[in-house]
Amino acid sequence: MADAPLLTLDDLRVDFHTPTGIVNAVRGLSFTLGRERLGIVGESGSGKSMTGRAILDLIPHPGVVTAKRMEFRGKDLTTMDKASRRKLRGRHISMVMQDPKFSLNPVQTVGDQIAEAYRVHHKASARQAKERSLSMLEAVQIREPGRVYDLYPHEVSGGMGQRVMIAMMLIAEPEILIADEPTSALDVTVQLQVLKILDDLVTSRGMGLIFISHDLHLVKSFCDRVIVMYGGKAMETLPASELDRAQHPYTRGLLGCLPDLDHPREKLATLNRDPAWLA
Amino acid sequence: MSTNSAINVDKLNVSFGDSHVVKDLSFAVEPGESYGIVGESGSGKSTVLRVLAGLNRDWSGEVDILGKRQPKIRDKAFYRAVQMVFQDPYGSLHPKKTVDDTLAEPLAIHGIRDAETKISRALQDVGLPASFRFRYPHQLSGGQRQRVAIARALVLEPTILLLDEPTSALDVSIQAEVLNLLQALRHERKLTYILVSHDLAVVGHMCERLLVMQFGRGVEEMTAATLAARAPQTAYAQQLLTASEGFRRAG
Amino acid sequence: MTDHATSPVTWHAWLTTTSPESRRQAKLGQLYRQWLAFRKNPAAVVGLVIVLALLLLAAFAPLIAQHDPLAQALDQRLLAPSAKHWFGTDALGRDIFSRVVYGTRVTLVIVMLVVITVGPLGLLIGCAAGYFGGWVDTVLMRITDVFLAFPRLVLALAFVAALGPGLENAVIAIAFTAWPPYARVARAETMIIRNADYISAMRLQGASQMRIVLKHVVPMCVPSLIVRTTYDMAGIIIIAAGLGFLGLGAQPPIPEWGAMISTGREQIFDQWWVATFPGIAICVVALGFNLLGDGLRDVLDAR
Repeated sequence: MADAPLLTLDDLRVDFHTPTGIVNAVRGLSFTLGRERLGIVGESGSGKSMTGRAILDLIPHPGVVTAKRMEFRGKDLTTMDKASRRKLRGRHISMVMQDPKFSLNPVQTVGDQIAEAYRVHHKASARQAKERSLSMLEAVQIREPGRVYDLYPHEVSGGMGQRVMIAMMLIAEPEILIADEPTSALDVTVQLQVLKILDDLVTSRGMGLIFISHDLHLVKSFCDRVIVMYGGKAMETLPASELDRAQHPYTRGLLGCLPDLDHPREKLATLNRDPAWLA
Repeated sequence: MSTNSAINVDKLNVSFGDSHVVKDLSFAVEPGESYGIVGESGSGKSTVLRVLAGLNRDWSGEVDILGKRQPKIRDKAFYRAVQMVFQDPYGSLHPKKTVDDTLAEPLAIHGIRDAETKISRALQDVGLPASFRFRYPHQLSGGQRQRVAIARALVLEPTILLLDEPTSALDVSIQAEVLNLLQALRHERKLTYILVSHDLAVVGHMCERLLVMQFGRGVEEMTAATLAARAPQTAYAQQLLTASEGFRRAG
Repeated sequence: MTDHATSPVTWHAWLTTTSPESRRQAKLGQLYRQWLAFRKNPAAVVGLVIVLALLLLAAFAPLIAQHDPLAQALDQRLLAPSAKHWFGTDALGRDIFSRVVYGTRVTLVIVMLVVITVGPLGLLIGCAAGYFGGWVDTVLMRITDVFLAFPRLVLALAFVAALGPGLENAVIAIAFTAWPPYARVARAETMIIRNADYISAMRLQGASQMRIVLKHVVPMCVPSLIVRTTYDMAGIIIIAAGLGFLGLGAQPPIPEWGAMISTGREQIFDQWWVATFPGIAICVVALGFNLLGDGLRDVLDAR
């Protein structure tokens, strides 16, 4: 983590210009990402997903992204043209989304999709691409890569689909992976297997990971550092291990709302939102 | 035990075509108890709830509710005693009906008079302001919708409430509010709950006893105290519990 | 409530409030929001204007037409459009403008009769088939398929041939041929709706099947059927005109646009106006309904 940051964001803003007025999805978010696991937690509408999409230039139409600084390894993203941003996407910065069912092409085998993802960014023959894909499937701990290669997305389970997505996103060997609720659609036991694979790959390849989630427990146990977002702003940034000792009333409120097996209470604490947090 | 139980299920089997989704399941719920059913997707936990509610008719076995053997097709009186709250607050309210319509309908079906006061009271009971009465679902947030769904279930004054993942589509802060509401209502009205969830912490908070299901079978029944003490007997229940505690980095 | 109606600003506020005080206010507010959305689509507004103009023309036909649409004047046969006869006259010396204006009434009668028979019929058959499934579905849908298997105009021709030519029989024939697609649309919608949690919730209230279909399923299908009907209007008008053209619809001397084109076809090269103006009328009205349908689809089907 000592070397130069992979990603620097200063005063990131995402605004949606709708007929009824401007909606500020992200309002002035700043952070740097090194070779680490950075968690972004928040409730729905906190702007956590929009942050991930803004970095990839994937904000849908009426949305406008502005930032004082947005740099990927010293390259200025704010002045970069669309085509170069697109080239960056997948090759250097990748994204895994929540539900593999919606992210995979239903009429192409999963293996071909992984191979194609590789050939988009690397000059390789079909055979080389297939070999790479098979070894990638092995890396995400799919037991029979040869068989799974020829399956269609509807033939794989949710957990396997998400592993395929991870294989597809990591085959180009990006420096940054953005994972937006990558395990929320999965069962808890499968969830941990997928996280383990993600964790191993990120560590062994020295990537930077942005882990977007609503699950405080998961982020606390999985990430190195956590940004807590609310209403498009960062409430606080702190080491994940210190989440339990968070200072900000919002973070404390969120933690307090969770039912806890070790501290049974008749009534759960509820969150009182303070308008001053957004000031 | 079976004679006094609010709900008694014996050797319940459910099949959809070739897939056998609930296998020889038996359990009993005492009056006033809150009973949890926990499992991963495909465990059959929601199917059990739909059988109890009379929404699923392809089952065999014995189901007794409030001392009465239940036929496949329930009569109108049954629904005054048993009601259900669904998982998805966005799908469980009719998009073209106002809150008022939604709450008036069960009263009209059962010919209950004095709908006016019953509806205002129902809204008050679930903590919704009277000004929400004529709103459409699209004008409500997820938590508010779930409150309407709870009000709809309670307006017939049932004794048993079936809860199918009632908070899993909600943010944690809203989840806390809805769980508190459900707890308070249960104590006030001496309700019997069956809560289906994938979240052990929620079940541990809400229920006195729980059943862990896997692949359609009941794996282990335990008390909330056993759960809190992390002392389940079976490997699967233990695995589920460990998994729910978050990620653990080896070494 | 009347004290709210003092100025348009408070009307707007009253209609768009997020906490209506009565059932009526909530429903009106919903309609008003749909109108605000509809208004944003200029093409749809053009369609609405055309349809409204059609209604006004039909209502005030005696005031707008300068001549009796049936009055023959054999000394004024086939006159070109002029200040006296805006659209010229036909082979029997009747004023074409007046006939086109009165023709709106015939067209509207056909359209209205078809709509009030076809909409409910298709809706009920489709919703019943979709909701109950099983043999109910099989029987109803096979009947529907039989009707769908014939080209519409051919089937309508067969009906009229059996029933005898005339306006009423043309309407019956069109209605008989128009319902199957409605039933199909309603069935497809119902099959999605019947699995929705809010329908399960109704079953859990102890509602009867009848009540669920009529009060909860049907309202969800109505918007798409309204849209479908509006689109279909153009087709209905054209089939009615087609039957008229073939001499099987409205009988002379009723001023029906299709029949007018039919009689004008003998003079089409020399006296173009005889067939052209009723043709333009059909075209404009069909277009109007189509544009309106587009607008309604965006407003009503938006989920």
